[in-house]
Amino acid sequence: MPGPMKIRATLKGSYTDIRVLMSHPMETGQRKVKGKLVPAHFIENITVKVNGKTVVEAQTSQSISRNPVFAFRVKGGNKGDKVEIGWVDNKGESNKTEAAVA
Amino acid sequence: MLALRTSAVLAAAALAIAAAPVHAQDEKKEIEKYQKMLAEGSPVELFELQGEDLWKKPQGPKHASLEKCDLGMGPGVLKGAYAHLPRYFADTGRVMDLESRLVHCMVTLQGRDYKEATKRVFGNADKPSELEYLVAYVVGKSRGVRIAVSTRNPKEKAAYELGRQLFHYRAGPWDFSCGSCHGVAGKRIRMQSLPVLDKPSGARHTYATWPAYRVSNSQMKTFQWRLNDCYRQMRFPEPTFGSDATVALTMFLAVTANGERYAGPGTKR
Amino acid sequence: MDEGRRVILRSAGATGALAVALAAGLLKPERVLAAAWDESAFRQKDVADALKSIGADNAVASKEVVLDVPEIAENGAVVPVEITSHVPGTTSIAVVIDKNPFPLSSKFSFTEGALPYVKLNVKMGQSSNIRVIAEAGGKHYVAMREVKVTIGGCGG
Repeated sequence: MPGPMKIRATLKGSYTDIRVLMSHPMETGQRKVKGKLVPAHFIENITVKVNGKTVVEAQTSQSISRNPVFAFRVKGGNKGDKVEIGWVDNKGESNKTEAAVA
Repeated sequence: MLALRTSAVLAAAALAIAAAPVHAQDEKKEIEKYQKMLAEGSPVELFELQGEDLWKKPQGPKHASLEKCDLGMGPGVLKGAYAHLPRYFADTGRVMDLESRLVHCMVTLQGRDYKEATKRVFGNADKPSELEYLVAYVVGKSRGVRIAVSTRNPKEKAAYELGRQLFHYRAGPWDFSCGSCHGVAGKRIRMQSLPVLDKPSGARHTYATWPAYRVSNSQMKTFQWRLNDCYRQMRFPEPTFGSDATVALTMFLAVTANGERYAGPGTKR
Repeated sequence: MDEGRRVILRSAGATGALAVALAAGLLKPERVLAAAWDESAFRQKDVADALKSIGADNAVASKEVVLDVPEIAENGAVVPVEITSHVPGTTSIAVVIDKNPFPLSSKFSFTEGALPYVKLNVKMGQSSNIRVIAEAGGKHYVAMREVKVTIGGCGG
């Protein structure tokens, strides 16, 4: 069960700032615990949608830090716009959340 | 005795390099930039959210949540509570810090066994401790509040005095005290600048940004952990969790930081 | 079960080859339907090959690609990177960390009013150059900075 995920989207004049915090181990597959390699487990795809339209698509790898934090920007925007962000990892697990632009 | 002193001094010198220019000014600036960007893009809020869930979760034989826990400002009052801790609590007759008070609530409100509640006080990214999330949640509720720890109660004053003495108390195989690293300006260990913690100018920012999400551990680290780890680095015996000594030291550092707006939970390397 | 999986099984039929393949775990329906993950690019171990795999081997250095990153990272586990492309018509930004075991770190594609901007935290195994490559109109533009890492952050 993936951990919590949080979006904070705020109007900043000419653009909307979108910040997302994700819980994910982002294991590289190189870390050892008690002598055994922890298998690679990381987010591969991220999709950012505003009011149902995809605005950013990202492909990421194990070199993104654990518990990833991203910031994106969208031109213009209005209070109440719906921001939805989802991710899928290399094991096929996924999570998504949404928030309204403040 | 003299030989031991000399070797200890040499060991101290090897580890904590006092230098005229501690960093080139550029290096210092770049490290500050790293710290600033790190704090701006931190996942620490996720720990606060999980802490909130744990705070509200009914647990233990009494199947109760922690929502009625009194952290000094009344049952369930969280805003500003951390900024006034440690403090004297009449119901236990002792000065308590946040962590010892949380465990107290686990035992009294939830009916949990002390041993069970403290089985895992310090966790890691693979196996976190409940306390780490709870602490993140509670301290977050003091964000922006000025640290105002009182020493009006005689026991609070005594704890402060004890903490001050402990800060300067040299012992252990290296004859270190907290002051060996944190008592003189301009020192560093490798790339880490060591703040002077017995003066407000050094204590304020440091105390206001702990507990913190530590990226090198990918985990929330509490203040009890910070003290425990400092003692480990000094090669002292391990302090007991929530002991009078650890609370006294916390008291000393908190009072020295009084006036600073609390800025935690922080994010550190 | 998510929609995608249902669709595939329905069209393939209960005993269809596709259903068998799915059951055997040979296909990942999420991968088939969701955006692809450029495995060959992400698995390149040499920085030149990684750049080539994203078509950036002929990227030109450009001041219009702004890479903001601290010169010293106290810990390689988290290195904050902020990227803005002022190249008109930028459609994507890629991040390459030369000395990482797999240099290509991430790729971001922008559509529908997204600004060519991203802030992210990357892992660096050791001190290295970071390159960010903006793609606009089929051409690639690069900015590069060296980051010194005091403790590497890839694990172990």
